[in-house]
Amino acid sequence: MASHAAAPERFDLARAFKDAALAAIIAAGLAFPILALRAEPDIDNRLTLQGRWSWLFIAAGIVFVGRFLLALFDIRPRRKPATDAALPASAYRAARFIGPAGLALLFVFPLAVLAMLGPQGSLKWIDNYGIQILIYVMLGWGLNIVVGLAGLLDLGYVAFYAVGAYSYALLSTTFGLSFWLCLPLAGILAAFWGILLGFPVLRLRGDYLAIVTMAFGEIIRIVLVNWSVVTNGDAGISGIPRASFFGLPFTAGPNGFAATFGFKFSPIHRVIFLYYLILCLALLTNFVTVRLRRLPIGRAWEALREDEIACRSLGLDTVKLKLAAFALGAMFGGFAGAFFAVRQGFVSPSSFTFIESATILAIVVLGGRGSQLGVALAAAVIIGGSEILRELDFLKQIFGEDFDPTQYRMLIVGIAMVMMMNWRPRGLVATRAPTIALGERRGISAALVKEGHG
Amino acid sequence: MDVFLQQLINGIALGSIYGLIAIGYTMVFGIIGMINFAHGDVFMLSAFIALILFLALTQFLGLSSLPLVFVIVLIGAMALTSLWNFVIERVAYRRLRGSFRLAPLISALGTSIFLANFVYVVQGPRNKAVPPIFSEVIQITAGPGGYNVTLSYKQILIVGVTAVLLAAFWYVVQKTPLGRAQRACEQDAKMAALLGVDVDRTIALTFVIGAALAAVAGVLYMLYYGVVNAADGFVPGVKAFTAAVLGGIGSLPGAVLGGLLIGLIETFWSAYFSADYKDVAAFSILAITLIFVPSGLLGRPDVEKV
Amino acid sequence: MNSDPLLTIDHLTMRFGGLTAVDDVSFDVRRGDITALIGPNGAGKTTVFNCITGFYRPSVGRLVFSVGERLDREAVVALTNSGRRYSKQHELFLLERMPDQEIAREARVARTFQNIRLFTGMTVLENLMVGEHNPLMLASGYSLFGLFGLPAYRKREAQALEHARFWLDRIGLTARADDPAGALPYGQQRRLEIARAMMGEPILLCLDEPAAGLNPRESAELNELLRTIRNEQGTSILLIEHDMSVVMEISDHVVVLDYGEKIADGTPDAIRTDARVIAAYLGVEDEEEVEEIEAALAGGQRR
Repeated sequence: MASHAAAPERFDLARAFKDAALAAIIAAGLAFPILALRAEPDIDNRLTLQGRWSWLFIAAGIVFVGRFLLALFDIRPRRKPATDAALPASAYRAARFIGPAGLALLFVFPLAVLAMLGPQGSLKWIDNYGIQILIYVMLGWGLNIVVGLAGLLDLGYVAFYAVGAYSYALLSTTFGLSFWLCLPLAGILAAFWGILLGFPVLRLRGDYLAIVTMAFGEIIRIVLVNWSVVTNGDAGISGIPRASFFGLPFTAGPNGFAATFGFKFSPIHRVIFLYYLILCLALLTNFVTVRLRRLPIGRAWEALREDEIACRSLGLDTVKLKLAAFALGAMFGGFAGAFFAVRQGFVSPSSFTFIESATILAIVVLGGRGSQLGVALAAAVIIGGSEILRELDFLKQIFGEDFDPTQYRMLIVGIAMVMMMNWRPRGLVATRAPTIALGERRGISAALVKEGHG
Repeated sequence: MDVFLQQLINGIALGSIYGLIAIGYTMVFGIIGMINFAHGDVFMLSAFIALILFLALTQFLGLSSLPLVFVIVLIGAMALTSLWNFVIERVAYRRLRGSFRLAPLISALGTSIFLANFVYVVQGPRNKAVPPIFSEVIQITAGPGGYNVTLSYKQILIVGVTAVLLAAFWYVVQKTPLGRAQRACEQDAKMAALLGVDVDRTIALTFVIGAALAAVAGVLYMLYYGVVNAADGFVPGVKAFTAAVLGGIGSLPGAVLGGLLIGLIETFWSAYFSADYKDVAAFSILAITLIFVPSGLLGRPDVEKV
Repeated sequence: MNSDPLLTIDHLTMRFGGLTAVDDVSFDVRRGDITALIGPNGAGKTTVFNCITGFYRPSVGRLVFSVGERLDREAVVALTNSGRRYSKQHELFLLERMPDQEIAREARVARTFQNIRLFTGMTVLENLMVGEHNPLMLASGYSLFGLFGLPAYRKREAQALEHARFWLDRIGLTARADDPAGALPYGQQRRLEIARAMMGEPILLCLDEPAAGLNPRESAELNELLRTIRNEQGTSILLIEHDMSVVMEISDHVVVLDYGEKIADGTPDAIRTDARVIAAYLGVEDEEEVEEIEAALAGGQRR
């Protein structure tokens, strides 16, 4: 059957112009009135409108130019997104180096930054970037067990994060237990909640599972806000004892960490300690996940994701599998929550909103479900990317002093989610690595891997 | 008894608003099997648009005839919100229509986050309070016990508009070619396409209609509560979705019925138990319905073939 | 070989709302037999299957699965009255009371599906290994031993790997062991599904249209495979099939359903000449036509 190759389209100026004009008009329609007019209370506290017509024209202009350029370079929006082909074996072998190399980099990072920027300058980098990204990497890896391996769509993961944080807060403030005792207890409590929340949703699939888990997450948050007797409501629980270096507090006094080891006191010491702590916790999550994948339970989880009915027909106990996935994922979420409590010194319900769950899920999906490396990369990109916005002070010069880039963080996260899904729906790392092989292991294209319906 | 009747009226008014939003959820789910997470934020957007149009008409243009303003605001909000939803469907969802369920879900979540934060950034985080208008009420004192309830014109307006729209909508879905095309796509999109139905256009129109109804809800919401805020998309959105599920996802009368039920439950719960936990009631109903009665009150149960 | 049936289907009836899919069907599946369940489309064959394997709960009826040497009727009555689902001591299982995963795990009844249900994103080898999940899970100490790298699990895993190699060889897929299951051609996928079911060493293997979509050469290979399974593994086989070459070639016992009722039950030869069966398939009532068909069938068999 002779196939007819499409002749390359000649650039049609009139057509491009028309398309761009149409797009600009639509953009103008969208922009009016939300962009062009702003409702603000005036001096008398009556609501009035402020005109910002320039914004509307700027928006329309940007859209016009953008659409025109797209037509110019003949980048037509493709009907189907690009297929994610399987990586060849060589890429796979190269990936083996990324792991250890990345690990070495992570261990060396705070010391390197400290050497380069000194105690004051490096504080921000280690804390806001290093620690923050690692927290989300751990959360992503934890959720990956539930969503990526077992295929259970959990949109309420923040609940376990919250349980871990609040458990730690309550245990340490009320009972005065040490960090090393509270951390595992928080994890166990979170795992317990994981089983509790997993029970009702055993028979749900796909979107419905997502919705119900989201509902559970929100219920827990509302309870945290309102059950003031225990949780202190919106104000949260503060005064959580700070982390210490195995008993040596990070204070400036003579029996503090700095004095004992002969350093000049600096707040950076505690931060570096926290960094290594979260690094170890995250690596623990990774270790357990990788190990479990090679064990029958890991294979069973992935089989569950592929086809639950086939699993049942092979005698697999799908109930226990699902609960185990929930419990384990919840436990790691709980550990992360405990760490969060230690780092902040206080916990409040506003840190545990649905947006957090959505962000963590986005990290897992954007990373390529089931892929440890992908999830880590996605976390670095999303969290790191949104943190970098704080650095963009030069934008203040363009948009004026009131411009606060951090407001745009979530906006960009939202846009990024939409764009990522349209570009690479199966995530950054879109291949699956088999856990056992007779010969050499080759990556499996994501097109064959089922996404799981719970 | 006064309290009961009063809450009944309040609940029906609130429930009508939820019902209008719920129709959007149920229609989109029926036709492409996707839960449109962004729909609640589209509703919030429409409330803002309505607010701004209202201010523009009364302050800039100095129109004083309230019915005229109301009609213009209604039509304007419906048109603009529909445009928004049309673009959203085109940009965020169209290319992801396929068997992979997670991608549209994340895209919808992203859109939801984008919309909420867009309004937050562009309009400011604070509550916007509408100057009180149209606050006339009717005192009803009737019955053997001498009941005393307050029925506001706004509430009559809400229920009236909802009823009229529903009837018009029902007609469209049942009798017109568009409605038929939509029902065909719901049943079997591939077959409908083979038979010449323009599936893309039908889906786009579904989104548009859903948005238009949400816009009506947004206008009514703005009038009724008098306060809008960028964060108002999430919770009402979830409650409206609960209504759609409760009534039976995919069923239009179910969406409205569910909306009324949720509105009534929420109102009574706040009055008789505790207002703090009223959202918990809605979320719990959502969870309970999906776990025990997933097909809802009026929906069709889904049987999986082995 | 004893003559007590392995599985006794006793007055099985399945109703879905107003529709009666299976109406008072009774037959035996004998140990070491290959039993075929045939009938026109919509006769209720897959429904019977789903009842036996626990995906549906029968409206009425008993499914007595007796693994031991003798079928102890008193024990069956006692078990029925006791309300329990099965008795390991008497090696008796009342399948109509058991959920699907329990039937597979405890009673060791395995099945394949009409629409192949492989784990497409996993390799051929991984698919097979999942088939041996339960003993492996036990050996890994519910993952605890495995997590700490204890040798007990390693040994058992090596055993399972050998077992998998055995089946790979049987179905001729050794060279493709590390390929994703979803990339295999249809015929190989079917065989893989059967091998995966066999990894659990089932007592009864239920196959739902294993020959569907296979060409004659592949059907012949399938017959070989099934015979090997029956002879070497001692597994009894119950299969639904439309492909008469498979049914007539290898079945020891054929049961025919039509409109949810059993219309014939016997050896392949007896079924072939049963007028009711012919009529059900072809909708014929004319005597002459029936004779013609019988002659044609007899001729076909010799090929």
